[in-house]
Amino acid sequence: MAFVNMKSKEVQAKIVYYGPGRGGKTTNLEFIYSKFRERIKSDMVSIKTHGDRTLFFDFLPFDIGKIMGYDVKIQLYTVPGQVKYDATRRLVLKGVDGMVFVADSQVEQRKKNVLSLKNLQENLAMYKKSIFKVPLVLQYNKRDLKKEGIPLLPTETLEKDLNSQLKVPSFAASAVSGENVVPTMKKIISLTMASLQNVLK
Amino acid sequence: MGSNYDDNITFMDYTLDQEQLEHIESVLGEDLIKSGVHCVLLIDMAGNIIAKCDNGRCQHDLYSLAALASANFAAVDTMAKIVGEAEFSLLFHKGENENIHFNKVNEEFLLITIFGKEVSLGLLRLKVAEAVEKVNSVFMQAA
Amino acid sequence: MGSNYDDITFTDYTLGQEELEKIENVLEDDLIRSGVHSVLLIDMAGNIIAQRDNGACDHDLYSLAALASANFAAVDTMAKIVGEEEFSLLFHKGENENIHFSKVNVEFLLITIFGKKVSLGLLRLKVAEAVDKINGVWKP
Repeated sequence: MAFVNMKSKEVQAKIVYYGPGRGGKTTNLEFIYSKFRERIKSDMVSIKTHGDRTLFFDFLPFDIGKIMGYDVKIQLYTVPGQVKYDATRRLVLKGVDGMVFVADSQVEQRKKNVLSLKNLQENLAMYKKSIFKVPLVLQYNKRDLKKEGIPLLPTETLEKDLNSQLKVPSFAASAVSGENVVPTMKKIISLTMASLQNVLK
Repeated sequence: MGSNYDDNITFMDYTLDQEQLEHIESVLGEDLIKSGVHCVLLIDMAGNIIAKCDNGRCQHDLYSLAALASANFAAVDTMAKIVGEAEFSLLFHKGENENIHFNKVNEEFLLITIFGKEVSLGLLRLKVAEAVEKVNSVFMQAA
Repeated sequence: MGSNYDDITFTDYTLGQEELEKIENVLEDDLIRSGVHSVLLIDMAGNIIAQRDNGACDHDLYSLAALASANFAAVDTMAKIVGEEEFSLLFHKGENENIHFSKVNVEFLLITIFGKKVSLGLLRLKVAEAVDKINGVWKP
């Protein structure tokens, strides 16, 4: 739920990275944090388990500069991906303005990607939002595993499984090496801001 | 990245055998349920339910409660650090009919007790303190 | 690409410059002047609507706001799981700093960070007064 502060001419918007457990959502944010260190004033907040799995969320506030005279502050969040954390995951979705779905390209995660996307649709519906209308970008992560000989789904298969109805922008990526992490983020920010601009005019 | 990693495998730092688990559950039953507590959960910081006991009439979604409670505990802990505190004392939440009390058992576990008006907070805190001591001694044996 | 998407939903309330200033004055006069270290008015999505502090506060308030709204939402959900409408989530007590939460209305939370100089009783009084005034400022 974007918030506009007319006094300080500031806009705040919330972008959530969603997807199955161990898919690379937190890694995306960690890469962004390390890449833009000088521009990000605060530390990244990560609420995780001792085993380094996201327990509640990761949070990274990011000033992206001025758009139409307004200072735009993006709040990047990740959700816990494990199935058992559905109740907590739903809480993090509250007030979301844009989403990145991080899919795991490994063959054995195919079903989990589909189930997680369905779970996203259901959780959005609880907030009366449609997955077809919320600004959304798909990321097919872990493409780097190919060179280690691990079987990956071809992007065409991922497109068919996840994007045949949504028809949103998608990026093949490797969050651990940073490949396409920033373009994914820039795309979702621009989609999210596109709607904002219409309202700010 | 752990390509064969299964979502469901959790590796815990402790191992409790059947006997120890039963011991813990009987502590929960004897010290707490018998004192009028509706339901009690021993959870780890990742939201897994290690042991539980209830008065037979508890139909709440305990699995979601455990996930939320552990996440919430971690969030409050993080808030404490932001304002320069080591930790906050997150004692209990009072409702109209049901109340929830939280107690850290040790670095790894939380005891969550759900109770109603029949149990005074004072009595509950006493019973919880006793139960926590007993549960801790079971863990000492397991370590 | 923007035409295929629903407009971003904006918060259901609108606060103009004047209203924000009034709210900030309430926070300053009623709370900071009473010895509170810092006070945040946040919405349930974790956005900071208004904020005031005593000048000596260098906490990461953006993260605090995100955590506080998540904390509040988690406690609220736990309440519903056990059949309660809501819990009275009053405050978290530390050695030197405490955090008090007060729901302002369905959309907002008032978070006050205070130390030993302010008694809990006085704080609750001041917060109740501030909440009343804030509710009076904003027009839906």
